[in-house]
Amino acid sequence: MQLRNSSSRYGWVSIFMHWGVALAVFGLFALGLWMVGLGYYDPWRKAGPDLHKSIGLILLGVMVLRVLWRFVSPPPPTLSSYSRMTRLGAKFGHGFLYLCLFAVMIAGYLISTAEGVGIPVFDWFEVPALISGLPDQADNAGAIHLYLAWVLVIFSGLHALAALKHHFIDRDVTLKRMLGRKA
Amino acid sequence: MLKKTLAALAIGSALLSANVMAADYTVDKQGQHAFVNFKISHLGYSYITGTFKDIDGTFSFDAAKPEDSKIEFNVNTASVFTNNAERDKHISSKDFLKVADFPKATFKSTSVKSTGKNAAGKDTADVTGDLTIAGVTKPVVVKATFLGEGKDPWGGYRAGFEGTTSIKRSDFGKMMDLGPQSDAVDLYVTFEGVKAK
Repeated sequence: MQLRNSSSRYGWVSIFMHWGVALAVFGLFALGLWMVGLGYYDPWRKAGPDLHKSIGLILLGVMVLRVLWRFVSPPPPTLSSYSRMTRLGAKFGHGFLYLCLFAVMIAGYLISTAEGVGIPVFDWFEVPALISGLPDQADNAGAIHLYLAWVLVIFSGLHALAALKHHFIDRDVTLKRMLGRKA
Repeated sequence: MLKKTLAALAIGSALLSANVMAADYTVDKQGQHAFVNFKISHLGYSYITGTFKDIDGTFSFDAAKPEDSKIEFNVNTASVFTNNAERDKHISSKDFLKVADFPKATFKSTSVKSTGKNAAGKDTADVTGDLTIAGVTKPVVVKATFLGEGKDPWGGYRAGFEGTTSIKRSDFGKMMDLGPQSDAVDLYVTFEGVKAK
């Protein structure tokens, strides 16, 4: 039950953040698609977007911590059984997922702050608007937010399939490691 | 024969000079003395007011012959502003103005009918024209008031107006249902035109 990553296993901080982010991404994706179709008089008409934005901004904070944590406590090295291509693919794949996550969240942030007003996170605090007034900012950021969210979710799905392939076909500990097992 | 020809010439030149007198104006977009504002009920409890930031127009006008006036207005629909980024994005979307497919809303006058003077002694008119929103064109009547004209302090010559009309969203294609009280939209425009030199 270690918090930090070691050379042979993931610590609980990394594991918790990995699954927490996964849950948040799929939850926000579903909530986002659902909430934009709600009628004007639906009780979730206001609550849905408020929840989406609050969780999204907390996720952004968690992702910043997650990147920092990689430097504080680097993840264990890839399994020695991986081929060179697998290592390279994993590296780029994970990098792309991180990049996509940040891009989706920043685009979302730019929608709501397009006219200079900050975003409240629950009733807790408010994230100020930093960039506003770009040409058609809300519309453009909205399009990017939607399309990149699809890209992110599809790539996350491929990421999950790859993990299952390691588990069931290669029969290695890739997936189990992300559940706390030792290599 | 000669008399008739002369008479015809005289009438012709009189008509020509009358036409020349109606001056052409360009709406003062640069100095932003032009507003297209709208008002719509929110839930029946209050109003949302909004404006379009990017508009332009031209008109020809002669105070002595107001019924010969012509006006054309263009609104860049993506420039809608109600002081809430998410709402503006929503108004621009397929639920309302569909700005990706219909970037412009236009008004083109077809006839002008003088209606006398208002309480303040200003000339009024009913300006009938074709209003196009989201690709749908409907005739509307704008209650217009000629507010004034004259030299401005910067070497130009200006004429200014205001006008109101009320439209129904349901007349302009399929839009999101906001409840029966929120179908009507009041429009208010006011602008100055600068005379072409």
